[in-house]
Amino acid sequence: MFSKAKRQEMAQNLGGTLEAAVVEGRSPWKDARIRFKRNRAAVISLVLLALIGLLVVVGPWLLPNTFDDQDWSAGQPYGPTMAGWHLFGTDDQMRDLLVRVLMGGRITFLVGIVGSFVAVVIGVSWGAIAGFMGGKVDALMMRFVDVMYALPFMLFAILLMTFFGRDLFQMFIALGLLSWLDMARIVRGQTLSLKSKEFIEAAHAIGVSRLSIIFRHIVPNLLGVVVVYATVTIPNVILTESVLSFLGLGVQEPMTSWGVLVENGAQHMDVAVWMLLFPAAFLMVTLYCANYVGDGLRDALDPKDR
Amino acid sequence: MTLLQVKDLGVRFSTHDGMVHAVNGVSFNLDRGQTLGIVGESGSGKSQSVLAMMGLLARNGNTSGEALYQDKNLLTMPAHELNRIRGNRLSMIFQDPMTSLNPYLTIERQMTEVLELHKGMDRKSAKKRAIELLDAVRIPDAKRRVDMYPHEFSGGMRQRVMIAMALLCEPEILIADEPTTALDVTVQAQILSLLKDLQRDFGTAIIMITHDLGVVAGLCDQVMVMYGGRVMEYADADHIFYQPSHPYTIGLLGALPRMDDAGEALTSIPGNPPNLANMPKGCPFYERCGHALDVCADTIPPLEATGERSQVLRACHVPVTQLSIQGQDKEALHV
Amino acid sequence: MSETQQPLLSVRNVKVHFQVASGESVLPWTAKKTLKAVDGISFDLYPGETLGVVGESGCGKSTLSRAILNLIPATDGEIVWMGKDLRKGGSRDWHRVRRDIQMIFQDPLASLDPRMTVAQIIAEPLRTHRPELGNKEVMARVRQMMRRVGLTEQQINRYPHEFSGGQCQRIGIARALILEPKLIICDEPVSALDVSIQAQIINLLKELQREMGLALIFIAHDLAVVKHISDRILVMYLGREMELANKRALYDTPTHPYTQALLSAIPFPDPARERSKTIQLLSGDLPSPINPPSGCVFRTRCPRAEARCAEELPKLHAVSGDTQCSCLLT
Repeated sequence: MFSKAKRQEMAQNLGGTLEAAVVEGRSPWKDARIRFKRNRAAVISLVLLALIGLLVVVGPWLLPNTFDDQDWSAGQPYGPTMAGWHLFGTDDQMRDLLVRVLMGGRITFLVGIVGSFVAVVIGVSWGAIAGFMGGKVDALMMRFVDVMYALPFMLFAILLMTFFGRDLFQMFIALGLLSWLDMARIVRGQTLSLKSKEFIEAAHAIGVSRLSIIFRHIVPNLLGVVVVYATVTIPNVILTESVLSFLGLGVQEPMTSWGVLVENGAQHMDVAVWMLLFPAAFLMVTLYCANYVGDGLRDALDPKDR
Repeated sequence: MTLLQVKDLGVRFSTHDGMVHAVNGVSFNLDRGQTLGIVGESGSGKSQSVLAMMGLLARNGNTSGEALYQDKNLLTMPAHELNRIRGNRLSMIFQDPMTSLNPYLTIERQMTEVLELHKGMDRKSAKKRAIELLDAVRIPDAKRRVDMYPHEFSGGMRQRVMIAMALLCEPEILIADEPTTALDVTVQAQILSLLKDLQRDFGTAIIMITHDLGVVAGLCDQVMVMYGGRVMEYADADHIFYQPSHPYTIGLLGALPRMDDAGEALTSIPGNPPNLANMPKGCPFYERCGHALDVCADTIPPLEATGERSQVLRACHVPVTQLSIQGQDKEALHV
Repeated sequence: MSETQQPLLSVRNVKVHFQVASGESVLPWTAKKTLKAVDGISFDLYPGETLGVVGESGCGKSTLSRAILNLIPATDGEIVWMGKDLRKGGSRDWHRVRRDIQMIFQDPLASLDPRMTVAQIIAEPLRTHRPELGNKEVMARVRQMMRRVGLTEQQINRYPHEFSGGQCQRIGIARALILEPKLIICDEPVSALDVSIQAQIINLLKELQREMGLALIFIAHDLAVVKHISDRILVMYLGREMELANKRALYDTPTHPYTQALLSAIPFPDPARERSKTIQLLSGDLPSPINPPSGCVFRTRCPRAEARCAEELPKLHAVSGDTQCSCLLT
């Protein structure tokens, strides 16, 4: 707002004869970015997340070890050491733990992002259509969501995994299919409140078609909520994957994920505590950061705090 | 006798965009049974100045100056002391009655609670008193209605309930913050006539905050016109309406749609209200003023008595004589 | 306004009824009750004319305006636009009509999409109804319209929240005018604005009306505001017409008791007059539109009500050349 006044001042200084350049507006997104930047915890978390992401993607290429090579030279698992770049030590199968943690991170990140993406796509379309159509369509669609809610979640996941085999791709689908329900409900509620806003009525009065109203007016105004909720969904999906892996239903050996590593570490914690410590630390930091970023985004995108 | 003495009241808020001075240098005296109207548009600081006195500012707000009630400064008073005065000797009604009525309690419970707290009455006599007051604000069938919940009342009725609640402890000062803005005109007329009668019967001093000069005309003895957080003009009602001496007051009167005016076009004030976060250096009205002089741009005009009319305070660099001449010119053009 | 001229819009006995669940029972099979939001309104509107529609909250004035645009479908009656009954036509007819009838809303900020720039907002009607226009042409028209409603071109990429209420309403007006419509329905366009800004907007609307030959339906809750812009005024109460009169006649000789009460309730910015005036205070509350009084709907609060007001349903009838009134006593 300062800049606006300054510009006016400038225009006056020039005697108002020179036409000032077209002023760039401060979009709601830009406002949100400014508010987000003021949130120290969220910014630090975002940086940490990016660092972990970068490490996970680049690390396995740079390190000399691979995730499935067994190094029996020592005869038994050993803890963190500089020798042979086994910075995190090795696991019970004498595989380098650092690379395994990073590789597991890849899978975990992938599961989190793809699972949330599936949830967002299904949840947003389902919720927006139900909310906008209203009436019987809405009632039917939401009752279906209620039925899905009523199914015991874990049992459902376990059934899916046992029936369709333990394949990475299927796990994405299973996780996505299970986490879109909340998203659908939230989006529907938001759509209902948007639908009664005057600018939607204005669009109707202009003669804008229903489809255009959904995509031009409703969806862009939903995005804030969706972004916030998606960042909360990511840790949830990661956590679910960890639980599934912990139960032995996750990714298959020799491939790994943080959940598998934690499970494995927990089995050997009395002899090789580092096997639990390192993957657990990565998982925890990531979950914490994702939640902080989600909180920060919610505060930044929620205009009510002004 | 002076009930409330406000001296150089200031309110500022620290925000992300810097310090916002919402109210600057407001001073007035309120006598027993007197009615003061504070008139201004949104952002003029009219509501913030009374919220400051009631200790109801937002958390990032700060006050300066004094508001003396019985020789004690309301602005610096500790909360427990203020609570004894607030709602008891000094009460307030708001634009939206629903914000200050608890939807989950009956009117009876909400009213008796106040009496039990401030007056130490027992429930039974408190209820009797509550019904008396609902009768006084002309709620029909008060005996039955006292046991109803807020949502069972219409908007006008709720505002009456609010007024009855504000009067429970027979306050010396009633502050009304836009009490009729959300109401229909016919209901507004009812509420205004009610306030007039109550003032006559109870002798309460009223501070009426509104954006509508018409509302103030019949009710107030003194009128304070605010703009951009400053007092523009402060005088008795007749002076404000018949001989306005500040360009903003003149503009505001011209912009008001009137029933008694044959003229077709409304005289509008050009431009937009100033941004409080970034006030001009000089007079806040400078950018929209048709009479502005060079000095107005960088010097804030002091609030002073005008030469021959000592009871009129105005904050304007332009001499009164010049205003009236131009005003007449404008009228001549209209004809 | 010659009588031979064809009206632009004829509203004939329009009713908007809603089915609402009755309050006492939550069981789904209980009979629903009918809420009569608008109950038989008729008027003609001629090109270039302004009709003020005045009434207090709950009188159905906003519902009526939405029924004209089919935003809320009317349940009965005729809405004749340039000789064609729209209610008999299909959605195609309504779509075409929305090019000619535009609307301005009460809350200036809420009626603008917060995630769109001013240019996108003002251009939306063009993009909807004139898709053949190129981007350059659209932007040229947007700029021209912005200048016309008193916005500067530099603001073209700004977002609604960066504007004050009055400026937002100017954006709303620009959006309504960009298709060069024949009629604009203004739903309380100034009641959310400050007094000094109200006058700007009313003057702007009058100026644009004169330049473009627009017809206006101007809805307000207060007779003072419509006085400066209307040619004729329709006074509504509880979904029905009380009085329809030329401006001068309505303000000089209000006929219906409700109009008289509305007029006397408006405060004057004149202390002497305010102190001495007697206000015709209406007693009681607005009756529920679910269960309106029999006969004349105003009779429960009317100072002049007689026994027959409860039995006979008053019809709007001419009492003089300029005034039509629906009171049995006139």
